[in-house]
Amino acid sequence: MDFKGFDAFPGPRTEDQLPHTAQTAVKIVIVGGFGVGKTTMVGSVSEIRPLTTEETMTQAGIGVDDNYGSDSKTATTVAMDFGRISITEKLVLYLFGTPGQERFWFLWNGLFEGALGAVVLVDTRRLEVSFDVMGRLEERGVPFVVAVNTFPDAPRYPVEELRTALDLTPEIPIIDCDVRRRASSKDVLLTLTRFLHSLALSGSLT
Amino acid sequence: MTPPRRKRRQPRHLPPPPPPLPSPAPADGQERPRNPERLYTIAAGADGARAELDLVTLIVARSGPTPSASPEEAAVLRLCIAPLSMAELAAYLQLPFSAMTVLITELIAAELVQARAPIVRQAVPDRSLLEAVMHGLQRL
Repeated sequence: MDFKGFDAFPGPRTEDQLPHTAQTAVKIVIVGGFGVGKTTMVGSVSEIRPLTTEETMTQAGIGVDDNYGSDSKTATTVAMDFGRISITEKLVLYLFGTPGQERFWFLWNGLFEGALGAVVLVDTRRLEVSFDVMGRLEERGVPFVVAVNTFPDAPRYPVEELRTALDLTPEIPIIDCDVRRRASSKDVLLTLTRFLHSLALSGSLT
Repeated sequence: MTPPRRKRRQPRHLPPPPPPLPSPAPADGQERPRNPERLYTIAAGADGARAELDLVTLIVARSGPTPSASPEEAAVLRLCIAPLSMAELAAYLQLPFSAMTVLITELIAAELVQARAPIVRQAVPDRSLLEAVMHGLQRL
């Protein structure tokens, strides 16, 4: 077997190493349809170059429609990009961008169950691709905010019209963003964290 | 133009998700095709119990590479001189996440690495944790 020379695997650059004081980590999930900008968002705020973790899905996990990796008869590799933000010397935040289809989620233990919350990234040209993921998050009791990645040629709807269309309760934040911009992606994450904090204050998080 | 409409759903109790087994046994004695790019046979006891390892469990080496360490184990022990998450380890070693959990479970059992569990969402969220995350993000 070719080990590809494990010593050749570079690992993190020295400046990307976490301090020894790093005790614990938390995660936030960014979920949305293909091409909606999940990886761009991860990359714009991450302190490390985004990395990719992979899992292999057997046919049993692929489900009824076989349009994802349909050229493989037995197994499909599903990739998830992620990035990292050091919060304090002890605490690290990881951001995972994941496809919206639930059949991918069980591949990674506790991806949503353990996450502090989620950002549902939507494209108003294809709003309906995010419907199912929002429903799944609601069913699982995962708190989320909706971030509208404002593509130049996408229709613009007033927030209240979007809220009605997405059937979101009044407290769930809806925010416009341009995920290519660090400040904008940071605002989305801050919006989510403030929302989670407000849930903590009201004690309504289940 | 009116946007398409969705119907809200209610929280429900879902069965726990199936464990992320990389390759269940083929159903009808059919031979499993081999994928030469993947190292599923990385650890002998792959059917054994796995430690509760999350994507963001931080792994820290307790010692340098031992003489008996496999190349993969040696790579982990070398990379984890500083804390590194399971997800980062899997990415750097180019292993599927489930294969990584098998490898790390063995290293934990051999007391060669230490795992630092993540903080997960709780019914009663930790306000001070969320405040720390907010302040950290504001400094970005």
